[in-house]
Amino acid sequence: MATMRMREALNEALREEMERDESVFLMGEDIAVFEGAFKVTQGLMDQFGERRVRDTPISENTIVGTGVGAAMAGLRPVVELMTVNFSLLAFDQIINHAAAIPYMFNGQVRVPLVIRMPGGGGHQLGPTHSHSFEAMFLQIPGILVACPSTAADGKGLLKTAIRDDNPVIFVEHETLYGIRGEVPEDDHVVEFGSAAVRREGSDVTIVGILKMAHEAERAAETLAAEHGVEAEVIDPRTLRPLDLDTILDSVRKTNRAVIVEEGWPHGGVGANLAALIQEQAFDHLDAPIQRVTGADVPMPYSKRLEQSAIPHPEHIVSAVLETTSGALP
Amino acid sequence: MPDAETSRDLLRQMALIRRFEEEAGRQYQRAKAGGFLHLAIGEEATIVGTTSVMEERDYLIGTYRTHGHAIARGTDPRNVMAELFGREDGTARGRGGSMHIFDGDRRFMGGYGIVGGNLPIAAGLALASDYKGTDEVTVCMFGDGASNTGNFGETMNLAALWSLPIVFLVENNLYGMGTAIARHSAVTDLSHKAEGLGVPGERVDGQDVVAMRECVADHLEIARRDRRPTLVEAFTYRYRGHSAADPEVYRDKDEVEEWQRRDPIEIFARRLIDAGTIAEADLEAIREEVEAQVLDAVEFADASEEPPLDSLYDNLYVFGADHEGWYAVDERTPDPFRGEREREAAEDERVRELHEAGASYGGQVRRSGGGSGEGPENGTDAPADEAQADEEGGTDGGQAEESRQQGPGGLD
Ligand SMILES: Cc1ncc(C[n+]2csc(CCOP(=O)(O)OP(=O)(O)O)c2C)c(N)n1
Ligand SMILES: [Mg+2]
Repeated sequence: MATMRMREALNEALREEMERDESVFLMGEDIAVFEGAFKVTQGLMDQFGERRVRDTPISENTIVGTGVGAAMAGLRPVVELMTVNFSLLAFDQIINHAAAIPYMFNGQVRVPLVIRMPGGGGHQLGPTHSHSFEAMFLQIPGILVACPSTAADGKGLLKTAIRDDNPVIFVEHETLYGIRGEVPEDDHVVEFGSAAVRREGSDVTIVGILKMAHEAERAAETLAAEHGVEAEVIDPRTLRPLDLDTILDSVRKTNRAVIVEEGWPHGGVGANLAALIQEQAFDHLDAPIQRVTGADVPMPYSKRLEQSAIPHPEHIVSAVLETTSGALP
Repeated sequence: MPDAETSRDLLRQMALIRRFEEEAGRQYQRAKAGGFLHLAIGEEATIVGTTSVMEERDYLIGTYRTHGHAIARGTDPRNVMAELFGREDGTARGRGGSMHIFDGDRRFMGGYGIVGGNLPIAAGLALASDYKGTDEVTVCMFGDGASNTGNFGETMNLAALWSLPIVFLVENNLYGMGTAIARHSAVTDLSHKAEGLGVPGERVDGQDVVAMRECVADHLEIARRDRRPTLVEAFTYRYRGHSAADPEVYRDKDEVEEWQRRDPIEIFARRLIDAGTIAEADLEAIREEVEAQVLDAVEFADASEEPPLDSLYDNLYVFGADHEGWYAVDERTPDPFRGEREREAAEDERVRELHEAGASYGGQVRRSGGGSGEGPENGTDAPADEAQADEEGGTDGGQAEESRQQGPGGLD
């Protein structure tokens, strides 16, 4: 085990996969000389050269499309988009091409492409740089969606993403790059479709992704200390494939569920999960499923407005108490 | 050369922008402004040369580096500074921040955080002017890096095809973030980059305010009279990093110093003094004037209120007709958003408390004129040490401070 930050763990995953497989290469804006807007690609140009670590022009759709083509021809490109909001410029290549190609050509060709991008609010970057689009990506058949919340998962999931033969959207959270954690040495991989139970509990199931997995753990501590409520906290780690079984098993035990995400409420990750849970475990529910989401607005710049638009442990505690009101001590 | 009064005004405007930007940088270091801060220091002649020959009825649209553009269009620096502070009196009541300045009254149609996003919008502004039969012209400013976006090629073709009255103006400061132009653009003479798409161009010295004026005036005339788009490439340089946290590993100090010898303000001031248009004393007077104006802007911004939390949903939708249905499903939504459940929720004390609890991660409300008033999570006004901010793991309220550090806040 080594302790490192999320950005170092991601860097290590890239480095190891590039050492392991010559077909892995990186493309993105300011990732080579500048070493990445968030320094995830630090040192990689020096080690692998510009053939494999490529600075690109500001041309998101074309970078992703180039990745699609290179992947179709047998390479394993890892594209970095500087912010999830810029992925919107590449939605054509992501949805109409990367996701559709394997299916519409009947499996004759694969698109083993990884598209990394940081998202989320908290840095006052305002309405064009702060969003959470997991739900939008989750909706697209043909792509996989990974969202690591710890350094270990950052490394393990990224390695799996690179080796996977499907296009993978790899969502990072801007405020988690500095988070430290223990990361197993050597070839640490985390299977897609395996949720992590961050905390065990018997009274309520809280599902949280990315930064909200951490906020859920904080809320669970408060719930235990101040309300006598033992929450089980689950981090799905990948939204597609989804480890629904772990979530359902938990809900069957706790009979209550709260889903936390930073993204918008309409058609969100929580909306989707709530539908799945009630379809499959309705008889086990003792209370309506609660969702905690980001506010239904483009992210405002002002520090206080921005923070008021993002979920915090208080919101999670409150939502949990809604599900347990009267029924628990 | 422009007449004495115009010359003095050009100089004063450039000096005002320079001083404003320096102060914005300082206020950012003091954590009064957050997010990303992109300064246009070094590019003042490009900005002022352009706006000084525009008519009031003309539109201007730019990027995320446009505090100066708004000020040059006549926006009060107080309101721009208040926007950087995220306050009620900001140009967008703290919604947009530094990257998204807007002043419709002065036809400054916005700064935009998405590189290249403003190009098609410029075409639309020009289309509207044409459609309405006016002789307004749109000036669209963007960076060398933006010339690689799909929006560039697509907009050039459309503007030429439809004979739209636009002056495209590329502020070629030789870098898109940390990528030098030769590393990001196959064609580095940007004045020719749109030629094959029907938009001819001309390169001009962006450090020379008079040359800028003359060149842009010609192109405005082509757009206004001949109804065709052209491209001006202003050759300029930014003296500061791309944003406040840029360590500038991608360029030499020598190069920066060489360009500093071509400081647009100093060059012009020297020229005016040599020609006897102004005296050294005038220069000093201008300095004092802009100093006072900028300090006043800071004081004004600092005294401006924080936006109230229940304004979170303001201006998301227009509620003219009596539409039924839910516009939002968020309990923070205040009552104009219809739907009984929402109305009830808004009145619910619990919801208010939660709203306030969330906001408190961004510090306490600052009252006009009073103290630092920082929230419990924020600790101090001073920028956090990166390592320290990083140490905290970056999921608590304090991490907002990281944005001015090179690591977690990123550099774009
Ligand atoms: C679509 C998009 N991609 C990437 C970015 C990140 N980014 C912000 S500024 C910038 C460089 C732009 O350079 P240039 O157009 O030359 O303008 P300058 O900053 O030099 O004024 C980049 C890559 C962005 N804001 N939008
Ligand atoms: Mg540039």
